[in-house]
Amino acid sequence: MTDAPTSPEAPSPARKRWPYFVPLIVIAAMFGIFGKRLLDVERGADPRLIPTVLLDTQVPAFELEGLPGRSDPRGLAATDLKGDVTLVNVWGSWCIACVQEHPTLLQIAKENKVAIHGIDWRDTPDRGLAWLKQRGDPYARVAQDPHGEAAIAFGVTAAPESFLVDKNGVIRFKQVGPITPEVWRDQIAPLIEQLRK
Amino acid sequence: MITELGHFALALALIVALIQATVPMIGAQKNDPALMAIARPAALAQFGLIGFSFAALIHAFVTNDFSVVGAYENSHTAQPLFYKIAGAWGNHEGSMVLWITILALFGASVAVFGENLPPALRARALSVQAMITVGFIAFILFTSNPFLRLVPAPLEGVGLNPLLQHPGMAIHPPMLYSGYVGFSMAFSFAIAALIEGRVDAAWARWVRPWTLAAWVLLTCGIGLGSWWAYTILGWGGWWAWDPVENASFIPWLTGTALLHSAIVVEKREALKSWTILLAIITFSLSLLGTFLVRSGILTSVHAFASDPTRGVFVLALLSVAIGGSLILYAVRAPTLEGGGVFAPISREGGLLLNNLFLSTAAATVLLGTLYPLIAEALDLGKLTVGPPYFNGVFVPLMVPLVIVAGIGPFLAWKRGDLLAARARLGVAGAGTIFVIIVSAALSHNDWQALAAAGGLGLSTWLALASICEWIDRVHPLRSGALARIRHLPRAAHGMTLAHLGFAIVIAGATASTAWKEEHNQIQAAGSTVTVAGYTLRFEGATDVPGPNYSAKEGRFVVLKGDDEIGVLTPQRREYIQPRQVGTSPAIMTVALGDIYAVLGDPDGDKGFATRLYFQPLVPWLWLGVLLMAAGGLCSLSDRRLRVGAPRRTTRAATNAAAQPAE
Repeated sequence: MTDAPTSPEAPSPARKRWPYFVPLIVIAAMFGIFGKRLLDVERGADPRLIPTVLLDTQVPAFELEGLPGRSDPRGLAATDLKGDVTLVNVWGSWCIACVQEHPTLLQIAKENKVAIHGIDWRDTPDRGLAWLKQRGDPYARVAQDPHGEAAIAFGVTAAPESFLVDKNGVIRFKQVGPITPEVWRDQIAPLIEQLRK
Repeated sequence: MITELGHFALALALIVALIQATVPMIGAQKNDPALMAIARPAALAQFGLIGFSFAALIHAFVTNDFSVVGAYENSHTAQPLFYKIAGAWGNHEGSMVLWITILALFGASVAVFGENLPPALRARALSVQAMITVGFIAFILFTSNPFLRLVPAPLEGVGLNPLLQHPGMAIHPPMLYSGYVGFSMAFSFAIAALIEGRVDAAWARWVRPWTLAAWVLLTCGIGLGSWWAYTILGWGGWWAWDPVENASFIPWLTGTALLHSAIVVEKREALKSWTILLAIITFSLSLLGTFLVRSGILTSVHAFASDPTRGVFVLALLSVAIGGSLILYAVRAPTLEGGGVFAPISREGGLLLNNLFLSTAAATVLLGTLYPLIAEALDLGKLTVGPPYFNGVFVPLMVPLVIVAGIGPFLAWKRGDLLAARARLGVAGAGTIFVIIVSAALSHNDWQALAAAGGLGLSTWLALASICEWIDRVHPLRSGALARIRHLPRAAHGMTLAHLGFAIVIAGATASTAWKEEHNQIQAAGSTVTVAGYTLRFEGATDVPGPNYSAKEGRFVVLKGDDEIGVLTPQRREYIQPRQVGTSPAIMTVALGDIYAVLGDPDGDKGFATRLYFQPLVPWLWLGVLLMAAGGLCSLSDRRLRVGAPRRTTRAATNAAAQPAE
C-alpha cells in the first residue's frame, strides 16, 4: 500500500443515497423490456418474423419448370395458385431445417388438408429429386428455382419459408423457418378453415 | 453408462454447490473457522464433479454415441476427432456444461491459490461463486439437459455445422467463456466485500489478477471470433456489430474499465464504490451476453436455437443475480467511499477519464444492441440498428480515450504536471502530426480519407507516447538500462505492451475500413483483375475432394509486375453432412495487407463469380490483439500479484478512515 488511507473526503452522514439506486433502476427497466419480449414470444410472435410486405397482396408473377423425372414433372406458375387454398413451401436439399420440417409436411399431405407446392430453391433438380426420394414427397407440384428468381420475388431470406395463398391467389400468411406441428395446428390449419368458408 | 454417471455427477455437483453457497457464508457471518473452511474442499469437489460430467459428455461425442441427442445433432462418424470434441460445445446444452466447468475451475483456483486471502473474504467469495453455480446447474438440469437420450439410437449423426469446423471456432467458445466467467471472480469478490463492508487496497490487489486473467482470455476470445469471421465466412469483413459480437464486446469494454479503476483503488483507495459497481456490471453484462441470445429475447444470425421456456428461466435467474447484487450495492456502497483525493490533472484523473469514456462506449453499444427491443416494446415499430450507428457513436468516444491513454501514464499520482508531461510528449505529438499530414496528402481529398488520416494519427500518438513513457522510465541507452528494465514492475511493461497493441489495432481497424478495395465480377479462366497494384489471374476451378465435403477450388496466380509471387486457392465447399454450402476464402498476406479471394457460384457457362479484396493492415489487428493479451499476461506475472502477500491494515485503521473527517 502506498500511503495510509487518511481521508479528508470521507462521506458525511448526509451523503446522498439515491444515486446508488440508479443502476438498479436502469437494470429493472431493461428486464421489464426483456420480460415483455418474452411474453410476446410466448404468445406466438416469432422474434425473427419480418412482416412480409407481400402479406394480403397477390402472389408475385413467376413461372418455374418442374423437376424432370418426378412422377408429376409439371412446374409451377402464379396462375396455378388460384382456385383453392394452397401452401407454397420454399426448400432445398442443402437446407438442414427443411429436414426437421419435412415430417410435418408429410403428415399434412397424408391427411390431405391442403395442397402443398414446393419450390426447390438454389438446388439442382437431381439433388432435389434424390432428397425427396429419400425422405418422402409431400408436394403436389415441385418447381425448381436454381437462380432464386421466384424466391427473390417472394422475399425469401432463408429456407424453409412457407406462404399460405388463398383461392384468389392472395398471400395470407408467411411462416419463416420450419412449420412445426404447433404452428400448423394453432395457426395455419385454422386459417385454412377460415379461408375456405 | 458413462453418460448417466455424467448426469448424476452434475446433480451431485448441484448439492455440493448448495452447501458451498450457504455454509461458508454462515460461517463468515458467525466468524466460525470450521464452517468457513468448508468452502475450499467444496470448491474442489464441485470442480471434480462438474469436470467429470463434462468429460462424460465429450466421451459420448468421441465414441459416436448417437443415442445422446447432442452427439446425434452435432457429430458424425466422418468428423475429425478434433471437431468431435469441439462439437461437444458447439450447441446450447454442451456449451452450458463448458460454461459451468470453467466457473468451477475458477472457483477451484481460488481455493488452491487463495492461500493469502483472509479466510472470511475467501469463504464469502467462494460462497457467492457457488450461488452462481447453483443457478446455472439448475438451469442445465431443468431446461437444457445435455445427457438426453434418443430412443432408438440413430446409426449416424447429423454432424457439426461445417462453418464451425474451423480451428478458430473450436477454441473460440472456451476462450470467450473463460473470459466471461472469469469476471465472476471479480463479481464474487465485489459481493463479498459489500457484505463485509470493506474495500481497500489489499482487496483491489486480490481482485486484479482475476480480472486481468479474465480480460486476457476475453480479448483473445473476441480476437479469435473476429479472425474466424474473417477467414471463414468469406464476406470480407472482420467485425459487423452483430448482437452476438456486441454481447462479448460490451463486457470487454467495462472489464477494461474495471482493470483500470482497480489500479486506482489499489494505489490510492479512491473510486471504491465505482470499482465495485464495475465489477458487478461487467459480470452482469457477461451473463446477459451469454444468455440473451439463447432466450429468444435477442436474435442473431449466429445464435443457438432459442426456446422461450429457457428464456423465462434465464430471465428469472438473471433478475435474482443482477437485481440482488445491485440492491446490495445500493444499500452498502454509500458506506464505502473515502480515500485519496486527487487533482483533476493526475494519474487518477486520467484513469477516471478512461473509465468515463469506456463505460459510455459500453452504454452506447448496449443501447444500440437493445434498441430494436426497446423500440418494439414502446411500439415504435420494427427496426434494426446498423453499423453506421455504432461507428458514428463509438469512434468519437475512442478519440478522447486514446488521447488520454497517451498522456495519463506520464502524470503523477495525486497531482500531475501537465507542463512537464507536455515537454516529454513532444516527440509523440510531432510524429502524430507528421503521420496525419502524410496520410492526408497521400489519400484522395474526401472527408472519409481525412478521418482515416486522423485514425492513423491517433494510433501513432498512442504508440509513440507509450514508447516514450517506457524510454523515460528505463533510459535504454544509458548504462544500467538492463537493470532498470528488470526492476521496472512487470505491470508497467504490461501497460506499455497493451497500449502498443491497442495502437496497432486502431491502425488496422482504420486502414482496413477506409482503404479496403473490393472487386466483384464474373471471371472466366485466363481473365485478370488488378487489386491494389497486384494482378490476379484466374486459372479456372477444379473439383477437389475434402474429408467431409467436395469442393470447387479456384486458382488465382498473384502477380506483382511480371513476377509471380503466389497462388490463391479459394474454395466453394459443399459439405456432405450436414448438406450445406460454404466458402473458404484464400488469403495472402503481402506488405501492407491481405489479398483476399472468394470463389462464388458458377455462372452456368464457364465463368465463376469471384470477389477479390485488398484488405489493408488486417494482419495488424491480430498482431495488436496478441500484443494486448501479452501485455495482460506480463502484468499478470508481476511479483506484486504473485507473492508479497498483500497485508491488510488492521480493521481499526480502515474504520478510522471511513469515518467522517469533520
